[in-house]
Amino acid sequence: MKGIAKRIIPCLDVKNGETVKGTHFVNLRSAGDPVGLGQLYSNAGADELVFLDITASVEGRKTFTEMVSRVASTINIPFTVGGGINELSDVDRLLNAGADKISINSAALLHPMLIDEITHYYGSQVCVCAIDARPDIDGWHCYLKGGRERTERNLFDWAKEVADRGAGEILFTSMEHDGVKHGFANEALAHLADIVDIPIIASGGAGKMEHFRDVFTLGKADAALAASVFHFGEIKIPDLKQYLLQEGINVRPTV
Amino acid sequence: MEIAIVKYNAGNIYSVVNALRRLEIEPLLTDNPDLLAQADKVIFPGQGNAGEAMAYLRKHHLDQVIRELRQPVLGICVGQQLLCRHSEEGDTDCLGIFDVDVKRFHPKRHEDKVPAVGWQEIRTNDNVLFKHVPEHVYTYFVHSYYVPLCASTIAEADYIVPYSACLHKDNYYTCQFHPEKSGKTGEQILQNFLSL
Repeated sequence: MKGIAKRIIPCLDVKNGETVKGTHFVNLRSAGDPVGLGQLYSNAGADELVFLDITASVEGRKTFTEMVSRVASTINIPFTVGGGINELSDVDRLLNAGADKISINSAALLHPMLIDEITHYYGSQVCVCAIDARPDIDGWHCYLKGGRERTERNLFDWAKEVADRGAGEILFTSMEHDGVKHGFANEALAHLADIVDIPIIASGGAGKMEHFRDVFTLGKADAALAASVFHFGEIKIPDLKQYLLQEGINVRPTV
Repeated sequence: MEIAIVKYNAGNIYSVVNALRRLEIEPLLTDNPDLLAQADKVIFPGQGNAGEAMAYLRKHHLDQVIRELRQPVLGICVGQQLLCRHSEEGDTDCLGIFDVDVKRFHPKRHEDKVPAVGWQEIRTNDNVLFKHVPEHVYTYFVHSYYVPLCASTIAEADYIVPYSACLHKDNYYTCQFHPEKSGKTGEQILQNFLSL
């Protein structure tokens, strides 16, 4: 038997309870509904789902939490939620709504102790630490607020710190690769895999099926996350799983 | 058919409730010994610390209740581990239905990550729990402790060491993985349990 499979994770951006991007599914009644879209991906063989709340308002938070409850009652694979998680009470609210894991980003950079608190109360397996970074002249820097604000933290130092603080997984987005569809940041990913002992989810750069093979072999990633290639139907998950199996990668076949 | 879920201080119980509702069953979540004893089937879920869970069960006299159940029982994750004799987690004496001790994973290589989180291939036997389930299939696990292979093993997995993915003895069935999060395969296994 083959141990833990590499995971394929579609990411859904949610604003005011509706998915953003997703034009491929316009002919479906559930087009804008994240729950319906999540169900489609689950049926297609996605191993896990990520829902990111990109709403800024308090009212939007309530809508998002209600959506998380609906996902939990509908979908039978694990899912992670992120966006706007600033304190323990946000984590509590989303886990109570039925999320399996939560993803924190800016709040962890601003208040690293939040990672310790989450893992203390809920276990390390619920805590995904998202890191957005890009290489500058003096090395890889972590960025805040969806990439809008640079920090002085080095990617690799920060990755080690979040692992030491007990985070269960790292979701690393290479800002340079994101949206370009030329492949994942395999060199940085492989280095991350070497220096921390928690799973790495690779994000940013998926354009072709070969990119997924490379991120698992060259990039040593445990999971690969993508949005638009799935939303626009450029890559279909059953085809991708079939391809990766042929390439000798341990993935869960689409049932 | 009345399906009772043992209510105690273990996390993640609502994901089991949700899974049963998807199968159009409204379970009874209870720690009442009489209601548990009367149910047609009992699900014993769990996620969290085995030592704290056993202490809670003893304090509320649920340990004796669970041992005396005669209807089909399904232990999930920590629920499975608590049905064994002893757990390394907190050096805890457990319920002793299965004559085997729960061990902690010790990584052998840098790639071995604990807790083990994700989809693992399992190999099932011809137990009724796996009706319409392929011999080789993937299910979703979250665990740092495991049950070694033993006489009650009905499905095996292999992560760091070969271990028991499922056990069966008399009226007790267990899964180390989370059937409620294991897609269609998990749903089929739950359905098979409900059909016992």
